[in-house]
Amino acid sequence: MNTPLLKVEDIHKRYGNEEVLRGVSFEVNRGETKVFIGPSGTGKSTLLRCVNQLTPPDKGQVFLEGTEVTHHKSDINRLRASIGFVFQDFNLFAHLTAMQNVSIGPSKVTRMHKEQAQARALAELERVGLGDKANAYPAQLSGGQQQRVSIARALAMDPKLILFDEPTSALDPELIGEVLEVMIELAREGMTMLCVTHEMGFARSVANEIIFMEHGVIVEQGPPQQMFTNPQHQRTGEFLRKISELYGETEK
Amino acid sequence: MLLKAALLNVELLLSLLAVGFVVGTIVAVLQVYGGRVLGVLAFVFEWVFRSIPPLVLLFLVYFGPERFGLSISRFLSATIALGLCSSGYQSQIFRGAIQSISSGQMMAARALGMSRTCAIASVILPQALRLSIPGWSNEFSGVMKDTTLAYVVGYNELLRSARAIMDRHYDAAMLSFLTVAIIFLVLTYTGNRALGWLEERTRIPGLQVAGWSEEGHS
Repeated sequence: MNTPLLKVEDIHKRYGNEEVLRGVSFEVNRGETKVFIGPSGTGKSTLLRCVNQLTPPDKGQVFLEGTEVTHHKSDINRLRASIGFVFQDFNLFAHLTAMQNVSIGPSKVTRMHKEQAQARALAELERVGLGDKANAYPAQLSGGQQQRVSIARALAMDPKLILFDEPTSALDPELIGEVLEVMIELAREGMTMLCVTHEMGFARSVANEIIFMEHGVIVEQGPPQQMFTNPQHQRTGEFLRKISELYGETEK
Repeated sequence: MLLKAALLNVELLLSLLAVGFVVGTIVAVLQVYGGRVLGVLAFVFEWVFRSIPPLVLLFLVYFGPERFGLSISRFLSATIALGLCSSGYQSQIFRGAIQSISSGQMMAARALGMSRTCAIASVILPQALRLSIPGWSNEFSGVMKDTTLAYVVGYNELLRSARAIMDRHYDAAMLSFLTVAIIFLVLTYTGNRALGWLEERTRIPGLQVAGWSEEGHS
């Protein structure tokens, strides 16, 4: 009843001599949006990849609805199918149209019938405002459009949660808004989301919690209001001020 | 008579290309994704079949089984020997294409829940094979000519037929060899045109090896 949707326990990850993650734990309940912030190189993206095992952690456990994702006998493909992942550089399949990019998951992974998968794909494309681009190839779409297709691709799998790895960092400033709009809409509809992002407008408007990481550990976490107005650690305050200035977005 | 023999070359060409394609694709995939053991095996395979001269391999495949009392048809021995040679070369064309695909493609496929095999089959290879067409048409022209090597095991292909004409009418020798040359010119041209058409047909915006070209030119 009270099991969190996602439970991450004591994740460690080392690349060579560098310990990127040094024991990170957190929980996510259904419908929550959590935003990870922190200087680059503090392991935020690695942490997201540890959640769906794209990067297996050296130590620590991840549980999705009580099922251990990190267990060596877990059916990782089935678990990944229920965890959406949105990449910084989109990674749309270059040889497929927008529609095929979205329908390939349902048709190849969950074995949905072709027509059904296509109908689903079209519905998801419409949801992100790209119904008219169904037959365009990735190279024919703007960065913002590509990222929206990749969100649709994740949505078509009926994910239990979606991980966003700096979804707007590769975008021209004028294209960021369209992607954030989709994400805000999703959060409001109750999608569970973990986002690595420095878009503080987004964090303020929909995040239940901001998690500040530095040097591979969580320094502080709390609701946006508290984190912005009354951070417990000096570093948190400094960092939030800096990125708020940098991104020029204080309110939304 | 020569045209009829040319059909035998085409037949051999198609079957050896098919062997080379299937084996070459498998070897390329194993070299990139096979892990240590399979990767080394694939490397050894490729090394062996790219090193042995096709003619030597042809003799080995044709005469080898005889030592054990087995007989192998001329066509089959040529298909196997030349097909394996070609697979070594084809594997390197495919490997280069596979490695040119960004690792994000595999990652995105795995993140959706696809198995590795499924990701290779439905994401990596469809892109890599498209990118391989230009390099592959080079290999195509090469093995087209190699089909005449089947001459040595007595396969009645084009060159052997021309040779037979020479034996009967010495005066017609030059004419028949020239005809052979012209038939190869035509075959190579036709084949390359067909591959160009295939490349055009399967082209996807944003997925090609072509360099920069001005809009409207190609």
